[in-house]
Amino acid sequence: MKMTVKNAALAMLVLGCSCGGITSASAQAANVSGRLLLTGGVSQVEGAAGGGLSTWAVIGGYGTQNQIGGTGYYTKVTLDDFNLTSFGGAIGINNRVEFSVAQQKFDLEQVGAALGLGAGFTIDQTTYGAKLRLFGDAILEQDSPLPQVSIGIQYKDNEQDALVKSLGADSGDGTDFYIAASKLYLGQSLLLNGAIRFTKANQFGILGFGSADDDYSAQFEGSFAYLLNPRLAIGGEVRTKPNNLAVAKEETAYSAFVAFAPTKNASLTLAYADLGNIVVGKQRGLYASLQFGF
Amino acid sequence: MKVVLSVALFASSFMLAPTAFAQNSAPTAPVIATDQSLFNDFGGRDGLVLLMDDFMVNLLADPRTKPFFEASDQVRVKNHLVDQFCVILNGGCTYSGRDMKTAHEGMGVNQAGFYALVEALQKSMATRNIPFRAQNKLLGALAPQHRDIVAPPTR
Repeated sequence: MKMTVKNAALAMLVLGCSCGGITSASAQAANVSGRLLLTGGVSQVEGAAGGGLSTWAVIGGYGTQNQIGGTGYYTKVTLDDFNLTSFGGAIGINNRVEFSVAQQKFDLEQVGAALGLGAGFTIDQTTYGAKLRLFGDAILEQDSPLPQVSIGIQYKDNEQDALVKSLGADSGDGTDFYIAASKLYLGQSLLLNGAIRFTKANQFGILGFGSADDDYSAQFEGSFAYLLNPRLAIGGEVRTKPNNLAVAKEETAYSAFVAFAPTKNASLTLAYADLGNIVVGKQRGLYASLQFGF
Repeated sequence: MKVVLSVALFASSFMLAPTAFAQNSAPTAPVIATDQSLFNDFGGRDGLVLLMDDFMVNLLADPRTKPFFEASDQVRVKNHLVDQFCVILNGGCTYSGRDMKTAHEGMGVNQAGFYALVEALQKSMATRNIPFRAQNKLLGALAPQHRDIVAPPTR
């Protein structure tokens, strides 16, 4: 029952995003939505507007004052021993508030067989997020040193409670809190982002939350994007993670990305991602994400 | 009063009437270049004239910006834009139009309209093959004008 409600919510969100125009507000938004290409970021792996891994202070979609914007995305990360699928969407209201939902499927591939769970066993996690822009405008306030600053919350519900607890996690669900800052330096064609995330999540929550000893810790997320032309940006990201589990060392994640927006409503992001050690060794691979937005 | 030299982006024929000549025209927008290289990236004054010709076509073609320009004296608007951009790019021109706040009072330009104009300008700058870095430098100087241009309608 729980799953059904969740999936319905997800489907609604994704559908709503890819068919912007079903309500009068979004119909108008589809015609008049503002903001500049790529400056709204893409969808980070937990569904919020950001880079692929890192969280940005921007509000998802191209909506500006008195508009609704939205995004839907599908991301695939192919790692050495695992693969991760993530999809979901976000709604941005008045360039002030963002609500997001994301589903993650972490495929254990052959590691699943080794653990006795079966090859191709997936750990599923749903993330519900909300973000509030506190002040600043990353794009328009070019003569101000102040960045755009937002706070956010992400509630993550991992479906495999028993499994993650057997690995030493304290819980199968957890809540992250973050504060993020973003600033576009137009004269330099450079977008900078930083965030502090207070979290208990082990590997983004894929391996549960906390451990017997460890509680919240402050983690850093940073990224830059250099705009090569109106449709193309390159950049890099770093995201530190807690290291709560004794059985599975956890390391900082990095990515180097290229984001391409052939139209205002679609973007493709390709990245080389290094997520650090995940249980059985370093996990590196190709990150590919398709996003639709309005 | 904060006077920002700027672009009469949403100028109507009313606000750019000849009386504007006698009005406040102090150019206080940042001059963003110390030499002529950025100005040359835009093709100098002749390049700006061609840019504005294309820009106006885009503004009139976009339903988001058309209402603000269709009834205006478009030749005059373009001339003011050329002068203003020329000043910002250190091209040694003089801007004789009004400050942005006065010029846009009551027009009801919202943030989306402002962004739509930026898009139209980006499109024209790309058409004119102006280097992307140079485009962004100009946009960076223009962006803060949203504080004077974006305002609710009063009539």
